[in-house]
Amino acid sequence: TSCVIPSGVHLNLRASHKNDMSLVEVEEANPAMASAPIAPYNSSPLGNSSSPNASRESLKMEPLADVAMLPGEERVIDKDIIYICPFNAAVKGKVFITNYRLYFKNTDSETPVTLDVPLGVISRVEKMGGASSRGENSYGLEITCKDMRNLRFALKQEGHSRRDIFEIIFKYAFPLSHGMQLFAFLSQEKYEENGWNVYEAMEEYRRQVLPNSEWRVTFINKNYELCDTYPTILVVPYKATDEDLRRVAAFRSRCRIPVLSWFHKENHAVIMRCSQPLVGMSGKRNKDDERYLDLIREANGTTKLTIYDARPNVNAVANKATGGGYEGDDAYQNAELVFLDIHNIHVMRESLKKLKDIVYPNVEESHWLSSLESTHWLEHIKLVLSGAIQVADKVSSGSSVVVHCSDGWDRTAQLTSLAMLMLDSYYRTLRGFQVLLEKEWISFGHKFASRIGHGDKNHADQDRSPIFLQFIDCVWQMTKQFPTAFEFNERLLVVILDHLYSCRFGTFLYNCESARESNNVRGKTVSLWSFVNSDTSLYINPFFTPESSRVLYPVASMRHLELWVTYYIRWNPRILHQQQSPVEQRYKELLAVRDQYLKKLEELQLSDSTHLTNSSTPNAATPNQHITHLQTPF
Amino acid sequence: MLSLGSGGAKSTKPSFVSYVTPEEIKSEKDPPKQEKHPDLLPGEVEFCSANPILKYTQDDLSQRGVFGTLFCTNFRVTFISDEKPQEKTDKTFKNKLYGENDIPLMCVDHIYGVYDEKRKLITGGLVKNKYPSKMIIHCKDLRVFQFSLTFSKEEDAKKIFQGIAHHCLEEKSLKCVFAFSYMGTPSPGTDLSFCREMQWKQETVMFDSPEDWTQEMKRTKANCRLVTENENFELSQRLPKYFVIPLTIGDLFSYQGKGLPIWCWSHYSGCALFKASFPPVTQEDGDFQKHLDTMINAVAHNHLYSVKTEDLSESLPNIQDIQQSYNKFKQFFLIENSTDFWLSDVKWFSSLESSGWLDIIRQCLQKAVEVVECLEKDNTNVLITEEEGTDLCCVISSLAQIMLDPYYRTLMGFQSLVQKEWVAGCHAFLDRCNHLHQKDKEVIIACSFLPVSSDAILQPEKSPLAQSGPLSCPTVWDWSVQFDSKAQNFFFNPLYLEKVKHDRAVRKPHKPKHQRNLSLPSTAFKTPPKKGFFKDETDSLKKMLRVKRLSRWRGSPDAPTATTREFFESWQHRPLDYHGLLLPCLDGPAVHIWMQRYLRWIPEVYILGGGSVAVMTKLMELLSQVQDLKRVLEQRDSSQAAKLDHRPYFQHRLLSFDSSGRLSSSFPFAYTCYRSFKPIIPTGLMQSLMVTDSLASQEDEASSVVSFV
Repeated sequence: TSCVIPSGVHLNLRASHKNDMSLVEVEEANPAMASAPIAPYNSSPLGNSSSPNASRESLKMEPLADVAMLPGEERVIDKDIIYICPFNAAVKGKVFITNYRLYFKNTDSETPVTLDVPLGVISRVEKMGGASSRGENSYGLEITCKDMRNLRFALKQEGHSRRDIFEIIFKYAFPLSHGMQLFAFLSQEKYEENGWNVYEAMEEYRRQVLPNSEWRVTFINKNYELCDTYPTILVVPYKATDEDLRRVAAFRSRCRIPVLSWFHKENHAVIMRCSQPLVGMSGKRNKDDERYLDLIREANGTTKLTIYDARPNVNAVANKATGGGYEGDDAYQNAELVFLDIHNIHVMRESLKKLKDIVYPNVEESHWLSSLESTHWLEHIKLVLSGAIQVADKVSSGSSVVVHCSDGWDRTAQLTSLAMLMLDSYYRTLRGFQVLLEKEWISFGHKFASRIGHGDKNHADQDRSPIFLQFIDCVWQMTKQFPTAFEFNERLLVVILDHLYSCRFGTFLYNCESARESNNVRGKTVSLWSFVNSDTSLYINPFFTPESSRVLYPVASMRHLELWVTYYIRWNPRILHQQQSPVEQRYKELLAVRDQYLKKLEELQLSDSTHLTNSSTPNAATPNQHITHLQTPF
Repeated sequence: MLSLGSGGAKSTKPSFVSYVTPEEIKSEKDPPKQEKHPDLLPGEVEFCSANPILKYTQDDLSQRGVFGTLFCTNFRVTFISDEKPQEKTDKTFKNKLYGENDIPLMCVDHIYGVYDEKRKLITGGLVKNKYPSKMIIHCKDLRVFQFSLTFSKEEDAKKIFQGIAHHCLEEKSLKCVFAFSYMGTPSPGTDLSFCREMQWKQETVMFDSPEDWTQEMKRTKANCRLVTENENFELSQRLPKYFVIPLTIGDLFSYQGKGLPIWCWSHYSGCALFKASFPPVTQEDGDFQKHLDTMINAVAHNHLYSVKTEDLSESLPNIQDIQQSYNKFKQFFLIENSTDFWLSDVKWFSSLESSGWLDIIRQCLQKAVEVVECLEKDNTNVLITEEEGTDLCCVISSLAQIMLDPYYRTLMGFQSLVQKEWVAGCHAFLDRCNHLHQKDKEVIIACSFLPVSSDAILQPEKSPLAQSGPLSCPTVWDWSVQFDSKAQNFFFNPLYLEKVKHDRAVRKPHKPKHQRNLSLPSTAFKTPPKKGFFKDETDSLKKMLRVKRLSRWRGSPDAPTATTREFFESWQHRPLDYHGLLLPCLDGPAVHIWMQRYLRWIPEVYILGGGSVAVMTKLMELLSQVQDLKRVLEQRDSSQAAKLDHRPYFQHRLLSFDSSGRLSSSFPFAYTCYRSFKPIIPTGLMQSLMVTDSLASQEDEASSVVSFV
């Protein structure tokens, strides 16, 4: 317990900055590894003086070993422990557990080996071995994480040390199962910008030139009365009355009626999202629903509305048995139905499980490619991407589309948001991407709580599924194929995924807006975007070239899709080295050289102009002009 | 434009021959058109031609075609479209000797004929009387051409088919190789002098004179002996004119040109890499062993009496295996239409794996890393052996040299290395290129290093001159024969940074030029960089006392032993120095196929506006901006006016592409036709993923209670 480093604020400050990044780093790696992988993202030294640190300084945090704790973080226990590192040998050290994280630091050698794991990442804790088993490290603890790694520890037999640590981890990793609060509600972090203001529904619709003569904003769901998993503000066809909406809601699974997601400013085609119609075994029809879809079609004079059912045909048919189904030809004569063959959440979960098997802890070597193929992970990515391409293509050719799956919160969110990313360059900016996530995923009720299982001990819950991860992977594939089209970099995607699990921020908590509202998430927790936007320089892609009118069509072929090694295999120190991007490094160097030259030139010209002031030309406009000319010699 | 079904052997109807007869087509067109002829190269002779021939365009979802004339010359098969030449094709990386519709005879891999909807491989016997309705040509550079012969007169069609088949497939004497007929002199015009003066001041070392070898020994501080006794190939036909051997070897002639350890490269520590073919086996066993001992001893004497030997024919796949693997591998890229493409997409990864090609690449790299480890870490001499000593020995030794010696990562250095190890080193190009794409391997590997400054590596292969034996022919390295200066710029890797010179006074961040300023290789390497190299004097001393002779020093390539892993990891943990040792990562996910080469001609994979070229373009733009600025600054500095930089700053300038069209990811290597901005939507998705799991039919929500309101 003698962990308070007296050396003071300075050290503390630096540590806390490091801590912000710690999730991206590999923690158990060798000393060289700790610095090497981060190189491509090295921020300028200026980055250190960003606001979060300043605010933390005032809070006077207690350091935890050599990292600073977050404001609101509290120490629970620390213990001598042996970390059984899968890449090196067993490492002796000390584990510190707080209400937010598990931190491990070795004590047996100078080469630091550390682990910094937010407890939210833990999906399962198990005791391994014990009195009956043999061997040195027989009192084991196995921690399964949601972020593609497992941690193994061994404890001493004496003093029930394993029991203590197990119980504490179990309690603090799964607070909701123990009547406690998630860390996001305990955190006292302060940031200059309030990330909760990144997305304002009305503002976003106005950006899309909505409402207009074809589309209106409705507040019918103000109190979540129409649909408890939808947001309060919805955009619907101008001609559809609120009464119409209520009747349509009766025919759509969980009342998730078709509402507007995106509006094409030039051709006025739209992307609508909803859940499946309640056709059932008897093949029920609903005149209001049929008329409603026709109103959507009419809005921009689309001759045939295209309905994309994300599911495989057979699954859609099978859904009739439970009351669901799809839009039949006879009922919806002005619509064509296309099945996109994307599988359900269970298939995706199993696929990721297989993927983990071949990459952690050791990468399957001898038959890497066929093992990778057998996980089907990339094939699912291909299907999701090619579905989104079809949606985007249809819309850009001027036809409106309706997208749904069963409930319209998993595959539907994937498809609409990816199509929007292809169609609208705004969503490819750092801020636009945050808006996209807030809108299509968070406000429209992707069930983050169920899919991720925040703070819940039930690791085998059938509702868990890596749908959002799959979406982020698709985004990554797009950024790989279009390295200049996105303002943000890979690091942002990794940070988003890390905090999807960490429970440090309120952004991804709960299943829908209504639940978030009743738990006052906005008031009681910090938004992930507060954190991200406090130092945007870390997440900027230097190659970004804004190009507004461009639709991006990725190539959804296995020839181009690759495994996102720097995410899925990032814990492996051997692989991680590849992360360095010499291109990016070189580009940044050149940018610096250019700026240096420009500055020099400006100085020279300024001194020229002061020489010339006597003659006549009075102000500094001349050098500026000259410089702009130089900047764009093409 | 005509639209066809999924052509090839699969279509169920005969090609559309019934709809339009050749006469009709002729009559449709205006009065007898002026006959078109290809622009023949000096020394090129036209053999035969046929018109009209339909060439199918591959880059479309529906099979369409263009009518034109098909020619066969002593250099190539060429197709000239009846339509006006389309200016829309991308000409940035145009080869001056042959274009989009030219197939050098040497480049033809296989010809298939479609007879009554059946596809047959054309061999000598099949040429006789019957000619196919459709001719499919697979090229060694992985292009696929499909011509319909049904529209031209019967005798014309027959003639052109037989002509092409004869000139491409029949055995011929070396004299018939076009390089001997080629009368082209490197155009003395602007291009060449321009290149010579402005672009590369240094030349490729040809290793065809004693001086070149002496120079190379000096550069690497080798302590070996230059052999000139084979000037007239008296020693052996299979040995180079000049070569270098360990000092201690006395009697050259007793080897009968076999089993001589030939020097490749010397490490700055003094140890060196040698390669050798097997000593003749016809002799008594004892003699064989004696030869082997002499050989090994001679190598060991080179430095501290230490040597490791490695028999590559034992530890790597043999030439036949490699050939077989490549044959399988290349089939995945010879794609005739979109349907094939998407069908094969489903099993892409497992197909790649089943060919074993990437694994062979990995094994070769692995072996090269092991050689590097011996030289770099253990400072022992290495002798690699093989039956002929000119196949895998070339692969491994040149790879090891690329890893160890930064000079070979420059454009000139790389060309010199190919010259040294492959051309002067007697790799049997003539034999191997007919069966074996040995170079591919070497080439693909070179590309996996970013700092390797060569995109040019593709070219030697398809050049008509690449196989030129006698040196009186123009050499491939004179790129101006094939490419104008603009295209030649693509040979440079804009990322390549020259080594920061040790000007103590000015430590500028980095000089924004990237052509290495080596006056001559010999002077550039006076002091090999010691930074980042293992060096352990005491260790070397210890080694004086022991000779290592491990005929096989490693286990299976699948499981590199711990020490190699350690070697790699300790290298990995040091800061990366692009001018020092470079080791490739060989983990499964790190080895990729070389997209730009293998998928070069497949339009389905082009990413419009994307790919790494998008980043490169940005980088080029920035580079030229920086150079402009620098120039302006220098000009302003009147005191420096005299020293004005004459370096070719325009190099990058030329690469600043106007933003009129979006570049495709295939840029600059493929002929991009600007397709509409329509996306490519994968077909046959359903077959792709048959999840038979019971999970697939499960509901998303476990407790799915749908409201039946």
